[in-house]
Amino acid sequence: MRVFPTRRLRALRKAMLGVVGLTGFLVVWQLIPTLGLINPLYLPYVTDVLERLFEQLVDLAFWRRLGSTMTSWGIGLTVATVAAVVLGTVVGLVPFLRRATHTVVEFLRPIPSVALIPIAVLMFGIQRQAALVIIVYASFWQVFVQVIYGVADVDVVARDTARSFGLTRREQLSHLVLPTTLPYLMTGLRLAAAVALILAITAEMVIGNPGLGRMIELSRSAGDAAGLYALVVVTGLLGLMVNIVFRFIERRVLSWHQSVRGEEPL
Amino acid sequence: MTAYTGRIASTARSRTVGSRIATSLLYPLGLPTLLLVLWGLVATRTTSRFFPDPLTIAEAFRETWVGPAFVEDVLPSLARLGLGVAASIVLGIAAGTVIGLTRWLRELLEPLLEFLRAIPPPVLIPVVMLLLGITDTMKVVVIASGAVWPILLNTIDGVRGTDSVMTETAESFQVTWWERLWFLVLPAASPRIMAGVRQALSVALILMVISEMFASSSGLGYRIAYFQRNYLIAEMWSGILLLGLVGVFLAVAFGLVERRVLRWYHGIREVNRA
Repeated sequence: MRVFPTRRLRALRKAMLGVVGLTGFLVVWQLIPTLGLINPLYLPYVTDVLERLFEQLVDLAFWRRLGSTMTSWGIGLTVATVAAVVLGTVVGLVPFLRRATHTVVEFLRPIPSVALIPIAVLMFGIQRQAALVIIVYASFWQVFVQVIYGVADVDVVARDTARSFGLTRREQLSHLVLPTTLPYLMTGLRLAAAVALILAITAEMVIGNPGLGRMIELSRSAGDAAGLYALVVVTGLLGLMVNIVFRFIERRVLSWHQSVRGEEPL
Repeated sequence: MTAYTGRIASTARSRTVGSRIATSLLYPLGLPTLLLVLWGLVATRTTSRFFPDPLTIAEAFRETWVGPAFVEDVLPSLARLGLGVAASIVLGIAAGTVIGLTRWLRELLEPLLEFLRAIPPPVLIPVVMLLLGITDTMKVVVIASGAVWPILLNTIDGVRGTDSVMTETAESFQVTWWERLWFLVLPAASPRIMAGVRQALSVALILMVISEMFASSSGLGYRIAYFQRNYLIAEMWSGILLLGLVGVFLAVAFGLVERRVLRWYHGIREVNRA
């Protein structure tokens, strides 16, 4: 009974401190150009950046670019996830395949996906497909590796039990493999969503297909510092949103799982 | 039951030493060889200029990277990568320990760090370019400022998760602050820290490549982009191959370091599992 008010007080204190921290950051940012530590040409005033940010928010062209970036992100993430789940399940379930593919996976996985940008440009030119190659390659491995771990994690006793009870292959997949793999899959999906966003924007910056990344590159070469910083803030907010949404989905999908259930009885 | 079948299989297989070596070689090398042969066949049949066969790429690799180019382009890139990663490790662990141990500081900075981490690291390249110009320092700063987040946040989490019984024991034995840090807090956080370093390495490699593609007249990333713009296809592929090798090398080196640093931890987990 007495725990409740202190807990609420603590949450309030935490929220207050968080707001103070953010405000402090903005104040320090405003002070640096004001005091002349860095030329406002290179580090513009916060007020200018925020003003530009709000200008962008009522600009239709901005939303179109945002939509373009998020479309690449969505397509890339979906393709990568579907491919990784299918291949990961097959490779994970068959020991022969797992042993045979090990070297190839361990060699291909650490290749930085941005290394593929030149090939993607040669193959598809300055188009969304080129960006998709990079996005899919990077996010595929995140999910694939997690699915393989997850499928391999099936409890031996549970598997033997299922077998001796005569469960069909499909029943085993849905009642045994899927529940075991789901926590791993959700982790992989959350990582892949963040990685896909990073590469969607990076691809636009380097390749030049339309979107937020290209806008960033354009405002840099135009020397428009306030616009550049405003766009960086936008990408940060976008990344934050993707993180929050996927964490939420993870908790919803895994609400039955010990890792979520056991956290706090609230 | 599983152990039983395992033994039967191994006795059947160990009949001759030769066949055992053959299978242990066939598994790791079989598929890569198959893929290379397949690539070679497709490359000779196809009319597309963009996919030269493996032998041409190997030849281009030798001509392009063995020799002065290695000293001029590859080593500086790797040096910047190493400096950036080292800076991010030192910064991330130092700041992460302080923030993790100080409750009010953690609550003060948490939303801010959450936001800063969410910024896609390559976006920092134009910003740092604006602040520092196109210099080597800029590239190192870009690498460090992107790679520091996973280490920082993992260190904070790891430090927070120190076993409270151990902390209290250390307190009641009046272990000094430094000793507590060195013998309790950092070891307890090290599995998380190493996980952060692993993520940081891949981010750093990406930033190394892009920062050079963007603003440079030397380096691996610059070379690859240059080859692509000039339609030197085989050379471009050889550059990609080299980047892949760097990635694999980093992963292997990290694996060795991790095993050494976390030997005690893996040991404990093994004992717990048995």
